[in-house]
Amino acid sequence: MPAIDTGATAWVLASAALVLLMTPGLAFFYGGMVRGKNVLGMLMQNFAAIAIVSIVWVVVSYSLAFGGGSDIVGNLHFAGLQHMSQAVPGYVGAGAQVIPPMAFVVFQLMFAVITPALITGSTADRWKFGAFVPFVVLWSILVYGPVAHWVFSPEGWLFKRGALDFAGGTVVHVNAGAAGLAMALVLGRRRGWPKEQMRPHNVPFVLLGAGLLWFGWFGFNAGSALGANNLAAYAFVNTNTATAAALLGWITVEKLKYGKSTTLGAASGAVAGLVAITPCAGFVSPLGSIAVGVLAGGICPLAIGLKTRFGFDDSLDVVGVHLFGGVVGSLCVGLFATIDTNSAGKDGLFYGGGLGLLGEQALAVVSVMGYSFVVTFVIGKVISLVIRSRLTAEEEIIGMDVAMHGESAYELGAAGGTGGGTQSLPAVRPPVPTTGVGT
Amino acid sequence: MRLVTAIIKPFKLDDVKAAIEAHGVAGVTVSEVQGFGRQKGHTEVYRGAEYTVDLVPKLKVEVLVDDLDADKVLEALVDAARTGSIGDGKVWTTAVDDVVRVRTGERGPDAL
Repeated sequence: MPAIDTGATAWVLASAALVLLMTPGLAFFYGGMVRGKNVLGMLMQNFAAIAIVSIVWVVVSYSLAFGGGSDIVGNLHFAGLQHMSQAVPGYVGAGAQVIPPMAFVVFQLMFAVITPALITGSTADRWKFGAFVPFVVLWSILVYGPVAHWVFSPEGWLFKRGALDFAGGTVVHVNAGAAGLAMALVLGRRRGWPKEQMRPHNVPFVLLGAGLLWFGWFGFNAGSALGANNLAAYAFVNTNTATAAALLGWITVEKLKYGKSTTLGAASGAVAGLVAITPCAGFVSPLGSIAVGVLAGGICPLAIGLKTRFGFDDSLDVVGVHLFGGVVGSLCVGLFATIDTNSAGKDGLFYGGGLGLLGEQALAVVSVMGYSFVVTFVIGKVISLVIRSRLTAEEEIIGMDVAMHGESAYELGAAGGTGGGTQSLPAVRPPVPTTGVGT
Repeated sequence: MRLVTAIIKPFKLDDVKAAIEAHGVAGVTVSEVQGFGRQKGHTEVYRGAEYTVDLVPKLKVEVLVDDLDADKVLEALVDAARTGSIGDGKVWTTAVDDVVRVRTGERGPDAL
């Protein structure tokens, strides 16, 4: 193994903590968008995903993602985090890691955590907690492990073909987006959608969550340089720049289309930009990142209309934001990548690199999308055969918080009422004394 | 005794309170309510999906007054609540059979 670089190790460990914070951030981003009776159900699925994946990763799925032995999936050499004194397979020559393998394990764990958490946006308000838990276990093993191996591990087939994904445009976002679509179809629509009004119950939560995501994403993207170096700084600047451009792009589309720019649109635009720059962050120039952000901020707000046109209830737009954002970003690598930013990268179409890279990017997108959709659909269906995956009609009306967890997010009025409703007077009045008591 | 009930625009509360206090009314009950009348609601757009909010937030102000004061208080209240635009609300009075002050047990006009 090459010598350990202490600066790089410190940055990657700090980045792991930054990426961890993204999942609670995501929980609030989504939690604010659901109705008030379902907010704890949403927060709980995201919070529990941290715990479930943390265990599965240590036991088996890290080894499936980054073990050697095959193009398709890693072997079990590192299961239970054994053999951690050996270098991560495939990282050789100029790509050799200068951090301890254990630092890489925990950094990559946080990616494995947030990916299934992203799915919960498309399934909001109706996925039984008891079915969600086994789903995340199976999904981490059967979907995330192999897909991360294909793209992230130098031993994987898409990596070997030359597809570039700096921090997870395909592995995290296309993957979660396709899985979200599959689960929205497995579970079916929320009761009453799209006729019934389901307004976001707390838009400030959405902005709080988006802010935490933006903050944590610096670890996600700049940490993916796996060093405290020039490339990390580029990824950091590109991440911020694309996010800014996408935020402005989204609210501009809103202003033109609906007459008003909204705070929910600003939060959504920021997240769309963060998604799209993820695969590009360490390969494009800062000006390129503006183009990536503008494309994401322009395309994603139009893509969210697809669910109403085709009638699938992707409740919080995982398809519109993560699938489309991930596809836009992954293809943009083929257009805007430049070796001026990363000598280990390639030149895209607009930098004289021809169509080759764009073709590999498209192949990676289609492969990940297809595999994730099909396998997720099967996992969802199989679990539904064994246990009930969906809330009953009554539970759905009561809401996830009380029905699944026996809790309420908010104390609404002293009478425990609905907040603002009038309490009727008791039919029988208590007897009134005829003489005054006291003064 | 009469109960004066007013549905008013929320931002008019301070004016209304001042007006009825000027008439010597000692107490008032205010609740947040929602409803609709001739004033239309509004639409909100979240990620392109339109939501109609047809129930408009209002305040309900309730004042118990002596029969003799009822008209004066009602008129003062109406004047204070008026902006002249649609959605100013309504004020009505109803007859009240009996009133009891809980602390002392006083009844009728003495309890006001």
